[in-house]
Amino acid sequence: MDKVYASVDDAVADIPDGASIAIGGFFTAGTPVQLIRALAKQGAKNLTVICQQMGPGNEDITKLVLQGQIKKAISNYPFYRSATRGANAPFEKAVCAEKVELEVYPMGTFIEKLRAGGAGLAAFYTPTGVGTVVEWGKEKKSFNGRDYLLELALKPDYAFIYAWKGDHLGNLICRKTARNYNPEMAAAAKVTIASVEELVEPGELDPDKVHIPGIYVQRVVKVDKQNYIPGID
Amino acid sequence: MVEKTKKKLEGLSRELMALRIANELEDGTYVNLGIGIPTLVSNWITGRDIVLQSEIGMLNTGPLAGPDEVDQDLINASGQPVTELPGACYFSDCESFAMIRGGYMDVAVLGALQVSEKGDLAGWSNPERGFPEHIGNIGGSMDLAVGAKKVIVAMMHTTPDGELKIVKKCSYPITALGVVKLIVTDLAVIEVTSEGLLLKEVAPGLRVEDVQSVTGPKLIISPDLKEIQL
Repeated sequence: MDKVYASVDDAVADIPDGASIAIGGFFTAGTPVQLIRALAKQGAKNLTVICQQMGPGNEDITKLVLQGQIKKAISNYPFYRSATRGANAPFEKAVCAEKVELEVYPMGTFIEKLRAGGAGLAAFYTPTGVGTVVEWGKEKKSFNGRDYLLELALKPDYAFIYAWKGDHLGNLICRKTARNYNPEMAAAAKVTIASVEELVEPGELDPDKVHIPGIYVQRVVKVDKQNYIPGID
Repeated sequence: MVEKTKKKLEGLSRELMALRIANELEDGTYVNLGIGIPTLVSNWITGRDIVLQSEIGMLNTGPLAGPDEVDQDLINASGQPVTELPGACYFSDCESFAMIRGGYMDVAVLGALQVSEKGDLAGWSNPERGFPEHIGNIGGSMDLAVGAKKVIVAMMHTTPDGELKIVKKCSYPITALGVVKLIVTDLAVIEVTSEGLLLKEVAPGLRVEDVQSVTGPKLIISPDLKEIQL
């Protein structure tokens, strides 16, 4: 059961037009930039991208926007914090011109939708967003005197994941805050592609330290560690 | 409709507001600090028995990293490189929000654009940015506001243009309803009670009338009213 692909290009080659793709990473930490770049080269269009940020700390996503590959984004913190920087950002311009559709969720709801998708649940009730624009169009129900909103699970076609170490079976270990959204996205997607800094043989990872069990991962590809300059404004 | 004032009152600096909030935090608590003035609170709790949570997925977050300490795999929820304190641990963002909604955060200190007399919080979206009403950077704000046992708002009492920020009813998009327990501004410390807003402390040199003149709702004056304790 060797899941290793020779290159990021091979790993993303079959992604069709119209696919939905969850992309891990919290600003610069744990973002699978090499897979995003490979997708830009591969050129699939009409994509739905599920990702925290659509520009800040993630300039490679911007390339997908500029190439017109994204039809819709599902996000929780899509824009630059700075209004002046945002006004010139391709994603922000595309949303305001209605060229890209955007759904925004509270951060906890965003990732719980993916957790539910990977855990065989159709939906869940959360207290977050009651009395705000987030409740528009959603079922509201009271339990023990408190209001909750019904949020639906997300089950993307693909997930792009970043991990520190991985083995040929797809068992993955993340590092520090680079873990963030990666585990739940890996479980939610039908096809999960994991980019790993270090690729090892089965048996070389401490089984007690695995963060993402290999059953959730269909493809593994070795990448070089990227050096970012953190900062998102 | 936003109420405005032309009055310019001198109050506490942002650093001293942060100190006042640090004094409010009890030892043995788990605390999440939002972006802006709340982040400054971390400068005043060194050595205290307080564990800072970062919603990216970390407990015992340390100070901002110096130039030689930057690790790109270790950032806070604002994207800034940080350090870890002894006893730190990491977890996924999903688990981080499970603990936030699950009621394990003793305190969340958040910034705000407006707070109402009922403790409604508006802070996630500034309409001046010009987005359609239902989109913007929500981030972790709504989950923290709903999930924390106690929400303390840290903000300037008015905007630089003199807009009142403590209002009868929020006109900016709501983050959560009825969640704010305490408001700490440059001018005053105000508790949100079921009867209304209770003025507990005023900045040095200010009178009750000064604070009332830049506050929308009528303030209830605490019998123990005092100068802000630092």
